[in-house]
Amino acid sequence: MDNVITTFRQLYVICKQKNQQIFETAIENEVAQGEYTEYQIRMQAKKSLDAMKSAINSGLKSTEPSPSKLSGDDCFKLQKRFEKFDSILGTTAQKIMTYALATSEQNLRMGTIVACPTAGSCGIVPSVLIAFAQDNNISENEQINALITAGEVGRLVANKMSLAGAVGGCQAECGVASAMASAALTQMRGGSVKQVINAVALALKNILGLTCDPVCGLVEIPCVKRNPFLAIHAVTASELAMADIISKIPIDEIIDAMEQTGKLMSPLLKESSQGGLAKTKTAIALEKNILK
Amino acid sequence: MYRSSIIDIISPVMAGPSSSHTAGAVRLGLLARNIYNAKPDKVTFKLYNSYALTGKGHGTDKALLAGVLGFSVADERIKNIFNIPDAKEITYEYEFLEDFNRHPNAVDFIFDGGLKMEISGDSIGAGEIVITRINKFSVNLDGKYNTLLLVYDDVPGVISTVTRIIQTDNVNIASLHCDRSGKGKDASMCICVDGELSKQCIEAVTELKDMYIVRYIKKLES
Repeated sequence: MDNVITTFRQLYVICKQKNQQIFETAIENEVAQGEYTEYQIRMQAKKSLDAMKSAINSGLKSTEPSPSKLSGDDCFKLQKRFEKFDSILGTTAQKIMTYALATSEQNLRMGTIVACPTAGSCGIVPSVLIAFAQDNNISENEQINALITAGEVGRLVANKMSLAGAVGGCQAECGVASAMASAALTQMRGGSVKQVINAVALALKNILGLTCDPVCGLVEIPCVKRNPFLAIHAVTASELAMADIISKIPIDEIIDAMEQTGKLMSPLLKESSQGGLAKTKTAIALEKNILK
Repeated sequence: MYRSSIIDIISPVMAGPSSSHTAGAVRLGLLARNIYNAKPDKVTFKLYNSYALTGKGHGTDKALLAGVLGFSVADERIKNIFNIPDAKEITYEYEFLEDFNRHPNAVDFIFDGGLKMEISGDSIGAGEIVITRINKFSVNLDGKYNTLLLVYDDVPGVISTVTRIIQTDNVNIASLHCDRSGKGKDASMCICVDGELSKQCIEAVTELKDMYIVRYIKKLES
């Protein structure tokens, strides 16, 4: 029972010993806990993947404003821009940014999305995973493997620290989502176990200290636009890792640093809307207009 | 101990906008509803700290009510819950409080009706929750296991009698949490099991002397 994998080091060693990919070891480990079967895990991954795709489709078509009326048409604007001008990053990156905004905007309309790992960060994993899969003919089965790889990354972080903005700040939400997305992407690109784990380390290391200071207490400013930013951040991490660039600080130590950073961060900057962006002059003016 | 699984990370499929403040709140409401196990006349929701400060913007008030009314986390009607007929059948009110000794996302449910019951819980991230207190007893319920909750007279032998009855069902006990208000006073037992307890088993426990509250709380589906 206590041979459960709790660190990336253990995950790496077992993958190497058994000559397995991360998703295979992760499924074996999960099944050994006796809670779920492999079939249940794969079915949940498929269910989540389908819901992610339908959230993207609904989000791409909608311009319905959020209840606060502060946002809801950014995805529409971005699509219009890309109809005329290609992104300098290429068409897949273009799709990633668009899908991330589509999902995030759908979320704040109280539409159906997948919390992956959280709802505020719901656009990051799906946009990277699905845009890359569409443009590179990745089979549904491989997409499921990639999502399980991402899930294993989130699980290992969550075993150390809570993935709530109120406890760890945004590094624990969008930061972890970006690390998960970089793992899924590196997996789909045929990266090795070492490359996947390095992508995670590079992504997470670069996002330590990110605060959670939502304006008016809404999952809106800066959350919605942060999703496309951190989706592209995941791509950068994957590119570096695929070049065999190594994180000098091992991932397990980065997670310890992240946990410590979360503890040191003032509660004013952890989803309480009492500091940072939430207390700017403009935010306070918005608060008066919207919430009253 | 709390241990998350891959499935927790890549789900739930839910109505937005926040896993801890919307989906977590629905799940706290659902679990509190299962614990109360009756239709209340009135519910008072006390929201603390981050739940109080940013709850309205995240629909936490709507989500807690939706859970108490039995809606699932993916139900898009949560957005309009205050206008739905089910919500008009009970009275409810909200209090927004600050108490930094409590979890950042803490809530108390005060149920009023045939029975008065106070249930407290925390939303601990990614939609995961824990019920920490029922009336004056500390408990530890995360909605992942079918759970037998008992409140009884603190006399010797109750724990072994109850676990023996559960053994006749051939069901494994995942965790057991006991508390009491004082020596020889009220005591509580919270037994999480793998699998299902039979009706006979629950009846046998109910028939024991000096049992005040017996609740079989089903695990949450989503």
